[in-house]
Order: sequence, then C-alpha cells, then structure tokens
Amino acid sequence: MSEGIGARVLRKEDKRFITGKGKYTDDVRNEHQCYAAFVRSPHAHAKVKGINKSAAEAMEGVSAVLDGHQLTGDGIGNIICGWMIHSKDGTPMKMGAWSALATDTVRYVGDAVAVVVADTPENAKTAAEAVEVDYEELHAVVSAVDALGDSAPQIHPEAEGNLIYDWEIGEKDATEEAIAGAAYVCEMEITNNRLAPNPMEPRSAVATFDESEDHYTLYTTSQNPHVARLVLSAFYQVAPEHKLRVIAPDVGGGFGAKIYIYPEEIVCLWASMKTRKSVKWTSDRTEAFLTDAHGRDHVSTAKMGFDANNKIVGFQIDTIANLGAYMSLFSSSVPTYLYATLLSGQYNIENIHCNVRTVYTNTTPVDAYRGAGRPEACYLIERVMETAARELGVDPAQLRRQNFIEEFPHQTPVIMAYDAGDFSTNQDAAMQATDYAGFEARRSEAAARGKLRGIGMSCYIEACGIAPSAAVGSLGAGVGLWESAEVRVNPVGTVEILTGSHAHGQGHETTFSQLIADRFGLPTDNVQVVHGDTDKVQFGMGTYGSRSGAVGMSAIVKALDKVEAKAKKIAAHMLEADEGDIVIEDGEVKVAGTDKKLGWHEICLGAYTAHNLPEGMEPGLKEGAFYDPANFTFPAGTYICEVEIDPDTGTTEIVQFAASDDFGTIINPMIVEGQVHGGIAQGVGQALLEQAVYDDSGQLITGSYMDYAMPRADDLPSYKVSHESTICPNNPLGIKGCGEAGAIGSPPAVINAITNAIGNNDLSMPATPAKVWAAIQAAEMKQAAE
Amino acid sequence: MYNTNYQRVSSTDEATAAMDAAEDGKYVSGGQTLIPTMKQRLAAPSDLIDLRHIDAMKGITVDGNQVTIGAATSHAEVANSAELCEVCPSICNLASHIGDPHVRNMGTIGGSVANNDPAADYPAAMMALNAQIMTNKRTIDTDDFFTGMFETALEEDEIITAVTFPAPAKAAYAKFPNPASRYAMAGVFVAKLKNGMARVGVTGAGSDGVFRHEAMEEALKSDWSVDAIAGAQVDEGDMLSDIHGDGAYRANLVKVMAKRAVEASQ
Repeated sequence: MSEGIGARVLRKEDKRFITGKGKYTDDVRNEHQCYAAFVRSPHAHAKVKGINKSAAEAMEGVSAVLDGHQLTGDGIGNIICGWMIHSKDGTPMKMGAWSALATDTVRYVGDAVAVVVADTPENAKTAAEAVEVDYEELHAVVSAVDALGDSAPQIHPEAEGNLIYDWEIGEKDATEEAIAGAAYVCEMEITNNRLAPNPMEPRSAVATFDESEDHYTLYTTSQNPHVARLVLSAFYQVAPEHKLRVIAPDVGGGFGAKIYIYPEEIVCLWASMKTRKSVKWTSDRTEAFLTDAHGRDHVSTAKMGFDANNKIVGFQIDTIANLGAYMSLFSSSVPTYLYATLLSGQYNIENIHCNVRTVYTNTTPVDAYRGAGRPEACYLIERVMETAARELGVDPAQLRRQNFIEEFPHQTPVIMAYDAGDFSTNQDAAMQATDYAGFEARRSEAAARGKLRGIGMSCYIEACGIAPSAAVGSLGAGVGLWESAEVRVNPVGTVEILTGSHAHGQGHETTFSQLIADRFGLPTDNVQVVHGDTDKVQFGMGTYGSRSGAVGMSAIVKALDKVEAKAKKIAAHMLEADEGDIVIEDGEVKVAGTDKKLGWHEICLGAYTAHNLPEGMEPGLKEGAFYDPANFTFPAGTYICEVEIDPDTGTTEIVQFAASDDFGTIINPMIVEGQVHGGIAQGVGQALLEQAVYDDSGQLITGSYMDYAMPRADDLPSYKVSHESTICPNNPLGIKGCGEAGAIGSPPAVINAITNAIGNNDLSMPATPAKVWAAIQAAEMKQAAE
Repeated sequence: MYNTNYQRVSSTDEATAAMDAAEDGKYVSGGQTLIPTMKQRLAAPSDLIDLRHIDAMKGITVDGNQVTIGAATSHAEVANSAELCEVCPSICNLASHIGDPHVRNMGTIGGSVANNDPAADYPAAMMALNAQIMTNKRTIDTDDFFTGMFETALEEDEIITAVTFPAPAKAAYAKFPNPASRYAMAGVFVAKLKNGMARVGVTGAGSDGVFRHEAMEEALKSDWSVDAIAGAQVDEGDMLSDIHGDGAYRANLVKVMAKRAVEASQ
C-alpha cells in the first residue's frame, strides 16, 4: 500500500511513546547531576528589601545559592519581547525590564528571586525554603481593565499607567460612519477567558558547562531550539552561539507554552557555569500553573453594523489585552497581528477598525497559546454573527452565507489577503453532517424529556505559516519566519531528513517520511527524521502557528527537488539515457518507455563511490534548502455544535459536533483528524471548563487540577470530522495547516449552541454548570417580567 | 515531599505504639488526601503509620440486617461486594463513583470517614444510614461523630476499626461532581430506614461540612416521594461559595440531588 501523500500511515514515533521509551529532557542524567530549586515570590507585587542566603548555603548538599544581583552583575541580559509594536501615536511599546531573577521588585506570584543548586531535588527544595526574603508588599492588580484605572498600582516604571501600547488597525472614521448609517447594529461585550496551557510534560532544563572547551549544552523542553540558542546568546549573553548547543529531545506537548525562553533555562545555564556542575530543573505542576505563559485574556466591545438587506457594512472592535507581569517573547504580536488581522472572518466587510490596548498586571505573563489571537478574533466574530442573526430573526447559517467572501484572492481591510477558499461548501458539509435542517424536531423531542437543546455554528478562518519574512519584519518581528531542511541520502539509499521544525506530538517523523515515500517510492521505514538539535540541524524556526506543514515541509520539498535533480543526472549518466526520460518510482530509477532501470540504492551508491559520475559532478547526494513563504495560508471551515442542557443543574452535554475543514492538501488524514480532535478538545475546554482565576491580591486560585478544570474524555463527544479542501496556491504542496483550527473554531460553536438552548445570549466562557444555571434563571426572570 | 518513615502495622495496638514512638506521626489509610498534601510539601509527618494492612480491620460482613465494613476496606471492595449490594446497593454505587480507579483501590472507608473532607462522599452515607463508627476505644453515633469540616469526634490516639449500620429499606446517593476535582459539589444520600425513620445526609455543599437536612427527613418520613420534598428549602447562606458555584447554586443542587436520590432509591 502506498505510504505517500494522502495515506493513513500509522505514526512511527508512537512505538516509543506508548511503550514509555520516549527520551525527554527530565530523562537526561549527567554524572554528578545537580538540581535547581527556585525561590519564588509568594506575593503578586512587592519590593525585595533583602535576601538572607546564609542558612540555605549551610544546608546539606547545597552547592550555591544565587540571586538576581549576581545574575545581572555577570552581565546576563534582561528577557525581551521579540516583536516591536508601535502605538498609534508612533511611540514604541513600553517594555519593562525583566531579569531572570528579580532584583528589586517582584511582579507576580511565582516570580523567581533566587535559585538553589544542590545534590538532590529534595535538598535543593528544602534549602530554597530556607532562603529568607524580606518583602514589602505593594498593591496588586490582576484585571487588565482595572490596571488601566487611576487607582491601579504602577507595575513597571517604563510603562506609565501600565499601558504597553495603544494600537489600531483599519479605518476608524469610515468604520464609525458605516456603523452610524447601519440599519441594525449588534453590540456585544465579550471576554475571552485566561487559560493555563498544561502540556502533559512540564518544562524542564538540563544545563552543562564544559570548562575545558568553554562550551555549554542545554537540554530543554522547547518548540524551537534554534530560536532558543539565538536568543540565549544574542540577547541574554549567556554564551556565544557557537559555544552553545541546544537540544530539545522528545517533548510532551507544547501548545505554545514551550516557544518562549523562560528565566529557568537562562538561570540553569548561568548556574552551571557558576558551579561548574550540570544543573537540572524540572517544573512541578504548581510551578507550571504559576510560570508557564498563559493564553487569551481579552476584554472587548464589538459593534457590527448591517444594512437593510442584512449585509455587513462595518465592524468596530475595542480590545484590552492582559499581557501579565512581563512581556513574554511574542506576547506583543498575539493581540495585534495574529488577532486583529483576522477580524474580517469569512465575510466581505468593507470597513473594519480595531483598537487594542495591552496592559501589565500582576499575573503570569501571557503569550501565544494554541491559536494565539485567532481564537479571540473568531470568538468575537462568530458570537456577534450568531447573536445578530437571532436579533434580526434570520437563520444564522443564511446570514453568514449571505456575507461570505466568494471570490479569491480577497483583500480584507485588515492586511490579510485570502488566497483561496470555498466557505459555503464547508458550511454545507457541516450542516449535512449534523442534519441542521432537522434540528427543530430534535429540540422538541429533547423538550419532551425535560432537556433544553440548542445548536450553534462557527465559520472560522485563520492564518498559518506566518510569513513572508520581509513582511513580518516590516510589522516588527525580530526574526524571519522561513524554514530550513536538509535531505541526506545515504550510500545504501536510506534517507535522513534534517528539519528546523520541531515535533512535540504532531507526528512529523511519519508525515515528513511520507514525502520521501511519495517522491521516490521508498518505504517510510527507510527514512529517519532528525530534529531538535542545534548541532545536527543547521538552523530552524521551530514549530508553532501550524507552520510545520506549510513552511517546514515546503523546505523539505525544495531540498527534495535538488536531490531528485541530481539523482536523475547520475541515473541518466549510468543508464546512458536522456535526463528528461528518467523517472523515479517504487524505489526504482527507470528510463521511460524502455525496460532499462536501476535500483534507487544503486544510484545512491554510485553517488558515493563516485566511480562513474557525470563530468565535473561533486560526489554525494545531500541537499539543503531554505524556504520563505510568499504569504500566510488560510485554513477555514464550519463547525456545528449541538448541546442538551439539564435545566435543573445547568449541565451541558455536547450531543453532536461536526467539523468541516479546508486544510488544503492533506498528507496523512489520520494525523490531521487527530489534530482536529485535540484542537476541539482544547476549544471545548475553553468554552465549558477552563479558566485561570486570580483573587484580588493576585493569588492564583486555580493553581492545581482541584480547581482548574481540564477537559476529560467523558466531557467530549465523538466528532464528525470531514474535509472539503481547496488547494493553497502559495506553497509547493498546497498545504494550509491544521494544528490550531479545532481550538479556534470550536469555542463559539459551543457557546452559540448553549445560548440557543437557554434563550439567553448573555453568557461568558467557561460556561460552567453554575453559570449556565444562573443564565437560565435570568432568562426565566426576564420572561416572567415581560 | 519531605523524607518520612513508612511503617506498616498489623494491629491497632502496634499502630498506637508506633504513634507514641514517633516524633510527629500520622496514620495513613490509603493516603489519597494525605499523600498529595505531602507531595506539595504542605504536610511533613516524621512517620507514616499505615493502617491498611491490619487484617482485623478489613472486609465486609452482613449479619442479618446489620452491615459492618472494616475501616481498611477499599472503595473498590465496597463497590464490588455482591453481598453488600444485595442489602444496600446505594453504598456500593456511591463507592463506585469515588475518584478514579487508582483512588478506589487505595482509599479506604475508614480513611475517608476519619478525614471528613467536606466534599467526600462517605460522610453523607454514614449520616443517612445512621451508622455507628467503631474505634479501638468505643462506638460513636454518626450524629456525634462529624463535628465540622475535617473535624471529627476522634481523639488523638483513636483509630476507626469499622463502620456499622442497619441495611435500609430504601436508599440512594445522588452526586453532582465539581467540574475540576470531581469531588461532590453537592452529594445527597437519602435513606428510608426499616424502623420508619428517613434520613438525609448532604455533603459537598455545606459551609460547615456534612449535615443532615431535617426538614426533608420530616417530609420523607410520612411520604417517601419526590413530591414530598419539592417545596423543601435550603438556606443558601449555609452553603459554600467559591469559583465553581455560589451559595444559591449549591442550594439548588442540594434540592435537585435530593429529588434525584429519592427517585433513584431502591
């Protein structure tokens, strides 16, 4: 059976994952391994008046107790945000200083002030508890809206009034005018709840300084080890780039939280140099809740105007986004270019204006989390569309369809130029899959059983493979967003793919191998995918934003083109045929129209023996390529959710969920379906269960699974997943990307279904049973009053 | 976790002797609350004295109408006991919904009752079934045993050896789980006893831990039906209020769970 593009090849990597043989960062154990434990602030906002380390230093097994003054004294640089955003008045964003160990002020619960290095994790933790820190507590603020208020404490001296930037996109006057002249305006206040990412594997780092070579090795749980090395050397001055090897081995889930370079990796590297020991730190789950970058946390007002024919005439949004206590690596780009540029959704909207203010608060830093900005945009648009349809008294599916973009390419008023899509086909497919037309009968049947049944739709569009580099550079990005690959064909004909993408659950070892199977007809077992090691792979930008297919695979394809061209030249020479007549298939190299052929391995061996190569050809069969995309890709689709609610308790049961996605070319449908399943699970988690909650003093109430509700298998339905694809015209494989769609498209479908069931549009995520029950009570009281 | 000495004992005398000898000892009987607390370094007993392997405290006996469950009996054993299910299926059903398979195979009824977590399931059942809590020193009526959140009538060196109760004429437990922890946000155990009494134990919801709802008991005594408690009031001021639900919601849940329990009773 073919293992090429489109085949449901079982995941090669699962053998080691499901037998417990994966090799993760915490599995690394060096000789005389030492362990780091961090002394963290119990206060959300406080002055650090002094640190007494003497008791800890005297404790059993302790090698060192290090603080922020020593760190900055050694020239370790502040942690930076790598995407410059300018406010609408032209001033650059106001980035507060962030030292990997706080020196004078702590700004969130969990902010590290010192580190202990000891011979065992227990001794390190016990000594960390013995470090005496003298804090002077300051007022804290946790909500972004409150942080902009007059009475809010000043969190960073650099950002007056806690405002980081005040940014806008689109035409303000034209949009206001269009909405003022609208026949109907739908106005909503919409909150996008703060989430804790919770990858199954917590963050971990093992840093080793080799004094004899002045060389550092860092094993770390990273989605982008090359970016980590670049930032650690160029900005944090931990070590020069050629003296630092970063390895991200098997990584157990990232969801965005493992993109960033956190204080702990910096401190482990530095502590390794200070102590001349290998230093390991592995986060426990409490530290993960406190310090892994959170996601979302937007508060917005949205106004959408419609003309008398229900055509959208304008969309205006005002958003306040909470970035937490410090600006994490890509935090500034999430509520701007990854969010507001998608506010046209699937709709033809002439006038859009969005204003975004980002603010500091005394909470965990906020950055990209699965979907990053696009879920926030989709949730706004799709809740407004559904609500508008209800208020206008028209079918929500029809209102959307009437406003769909139908011609491509389509330039939106918010930068994005959609290249391809067929929105109504996806909508049809999802409606058929759910028997949308038959809903009213199901609602009546449910009512007879005492249940409230509702249906909700979401038509999402997102942007993947953020690019091209020159364009993102002009928008403020500090890095290019291309990808690199190298294809090494061995003398026996087996193949190694070296990629700058990084797999942390996505199945790259399988899908990337399928490209070789497709091109040369080799079994995927003959392919090894190498990634995650800066000594092995020359450079790469890593995996996030659903870029490994559209960008990472495109780089492999470019390298494969070169390998194929050279192999054909060698084959033509060996078979004494014309290069144009050579075809490679089924592991054989043939001369078209003849019975002349050689095995693939014979060509490969020929390349390396170099006994009989064309005149002037270099030996070997190994090619590399860098690929910089011409545009983003635009996955889109329709999700429909149907729920039944128990009015007595407010419990929501998802009774059916259909997803029809347009991902362009699909390499492995099984893996893509898995991505959609996982994405929807996270979206349902956001819609029904998850929220990171702080009390007023800045303590994280949801600091464990006792209070932070992660979705479990029995919270989720069986999904009906299908694909209706248009081909992306801007990359060689026609791929769009599938990693985030589920998390982007599903939350509004779930909430729209619940609000439909209970007859109350005023409901925020997560729609817990308590909130749904209260919304039902409110609707009943309103009805009784009318 | 801080280092601790683990000791396995085979009798209550051995247990109390070990406790006396320990600097800061703690009994453990499954440890499904204590061990996570220790892992978070919020508890640091010098010694853990494990009661789960005391043979005299294990097993279930049904003697005529009287049920006795040894304190070291796991939730899984209670859930799967055919003999017990014959006379009191409601408690088997309750046990089958505690935590997850790991918890059910480690946790014990004695550990749960002694800990008296305000969201634990067993205390509601003990209340409703009018159980007696047997210790190495005495027998305590359930109404005297649970004295507030995580508080019981147990003295320092007192160990629960068993719980005993008469099989009810009808009983059932209805639980609404917390979406995050899956502990009870409101769990109501209703029992119609063979002596004519009706008892209603409520866990998870009350601001002072497990309690009996006497008005519902009164109503059910003369009319064991859902309608009988349709008008029952639950004071939201007596309820817990947190990020998962306020007092009004929990008061509602108590009423709904009580009705469902009566409906399901057998």
